[in-house]
Amino acid sequence: MSKSDHIKHIEPYSPQFGAMIPGKFQKFLRTCVLWQLVRFVAINIRMTILILKSHH
Amino acid sequence: MARVIIMGGGVSGHTAASFLAKWIGKKHEIIVVTPNALWNWIPSNIWVGVGDMSKSEVTFPLAPVYKKAGIDFRQAKAVSINPEGKESSDDAFITIEYTGQDKEEQREEITYDYLINATGPQLNFQATDGLGTAGHSGDHTVSVCSADHAVHASQELKICIEKMKAGERQTFLIGTGHGMCTCQGAAFEYIFNIEHKIKQEGLRELADITYITNESFLGDFGMGGIHFNTGGYTTSSKIFAESLYAERGMSWILGAHINKVEEGKVTYETLDGEINEQEFDFAMLIPPFGGVGLKAYGKDGVDITETIFAPNGFMKVDADYTPKPYEEWKPSDWPRTLQNQDYKNIFAVGIAFAPPHIISKPMSSPNGTPINPTPPRTGMPSAMMGKAVAMSIRDMINDVSIEPTHTASMAEMGAACVASAGKGIFKGTAAAMTVYPIIPNFEKYPGTGRDNNGTTGEIGLAAHWIKHILHFGFLWKAQMKPGWTLIPE
Ligand SMILES: Cc1cc2nc3c(=O)[nH]c(=O)nc-3n(C[C@H](O)[C@H](O)[C@H](O)COP(=O)(O)OP(=O)(O)OC[C@H]3O[C@@H](n4cnc5c(N)ncnc54)[C@H](O)[C@@H]3O)c2cc1C
Repeated sequence: MSKSDHIKHIEPYSPQFGAMIPGKFQKFLRTCVLWQLVRFVAINIRMTILILKSHH
Repeated sequence: MARVIIMGGGVSGHTAASFLAKWIGKKHEIIVVTPNALWNWIPSNIWVGVGDMSKSEVTFPLAPVYKKAGIDFRQAKAVSINPEGKESSDDAFITIEYTGQDKEEQREEITYDYLINATGPQLNFQATDGLGTAGHSGDHTVSVCSADHAVHASQELKICIEKMKAGERQTFLIGTGHGMCTCQGAAFEYIFNIEHKIKQEGLRELADITYITNESFLGDFGMGGIHFNTGGYTTSSKIFAESLYAERGMSWILGAHINKVEEGKVTYETLDGEINEQEFDFAMLIPPFGGVGLKAYGKDGVDITETIFAPNGFMKVDADYTPKPYEEWKPSDWPRTLQNQDYKNIFAVGIAFAPPHIISKPMSSPNGTPINPTPPRTGMPSAMMGKAVAMSIRDMINDVSIEPTHTASMAEMGAACVASAGKGIFKGTAAAMTVYPIIPNFEKYPGTGRDNNGTTGEIGLAAHWIKHILHFGFLWKAQMKPGWTLIPE
């Protein structure tokens, strides 16, 4: 298995060829329940701050 | 006793009505005029559109909720406003036409002391040849803008999925159906949900999925793009969005104005002036939005619609509508109190107010066709405007002030947006984005125009959980169930 197995073929010089593609670890983190519980708290704090800043 | 009429019981109008009923409903009269018997949590229509939720899960009947809250509910659409009254009376009034309550098509005049226009968008499918008629998508494409549209979309999607199961390759085209559309976020969510659904069915190899948009770059979102702090870089939403599409093997067509929709095919013009065609088996194309076509009349019956409304049908408020080039646009052009300047007892909130100009840079093709996103007014700002105006009206009625006491300028508020990329308690993901302020302010935040600490974006399961919690939370809040005021707008 090569290291880039997670990336499907992208046509060279197509617009997609210039995009950033996440690696395996990054993709794993997106649905890793423990890490996502941490993110859940972080996003909620961020949104609460935003709401507080926005009310006039 | 004062009477407040709210035209439109969607996100912004319902928020205003609920708070007014709570604060002053015992002493004053709150009337909501809205044509649908059901309230719809529109963001979850995305999940209805892929068959992951039913219509009943995203709607509830308004009448019992309003009865309990002491709000006078008229299932009707507002037709016109007479802000100066008529020859026989100085009392301002609106004319409504019933769509339910056993009074269909009957007209009635209702006087008001304060009026809130929260009528949202008219879905102008008719602006593109073959896309549909006012309010309804045509035979060739589907929409997810209402719960019924989304149910229809899910049925069409099912047919495509069956065809793929039988080995037939299918082409999906999702995006904006006109050069002047807004609401790219909804198209963005829908394409990711379609891709997720097809992958879950094990059919991804048989689907070609393309996004078509009037944005000049992916991630413009009608806000001129956003910059997030991530991985030690301040990264443009262009990079963020392109990565999400490329990762999923989806292609995109940028700067496109669709001018014709036919069976299985769209014809579009691009910003470089080319005319191209794109075929499809399934297409969900968002229509352009306009005002709902309310009329206004002076005391003598003279048509004063142009005084109160902008040419696109949205209501003029305290914005600076002086035409000026992009380089001279300022955050202070955007309205703060949302009060109409000719008639100070009229306010407009949510999508119903006329923006001073767009937010993205204006662009057009060499043929002169304007192709640029129009400004989004998403759920959070819409609800915040509804609440701010409700507070101002409460204070004006209570003689606290003769001027509005609260503001909700898109140049002074942020927006939190959670865009679903697929449903599932452990496999779902969504993009959680926060942007502050919505209107870029390059004087205050040199560089990206936004506060880098308040502007963030990430994709993951946590954001999906938040999206799902918001679904239940906002339906709870809208039904004014115990503790509803604790759920923020
Ligand atoms: C598919 C989809 C997904 C979306 N997802 C998100 C999301 O994830 N997050 C987010 O923040 N925003 C989202 N939005 C945007 C959000 O739905 C809008 O910002 C919000 O609904 C705007 O609120 P509003 O009150 O201005 O308009 P609406 O909620 O549309 O309400 C307008 C109301 O006025 C009524 N009306 C129309 N004409 C008349 C008339 N003549 N008289 C009286 N009443 C009338 C309508 O029936 C409606 O009830 C989405 C939009 C769509 C279409």
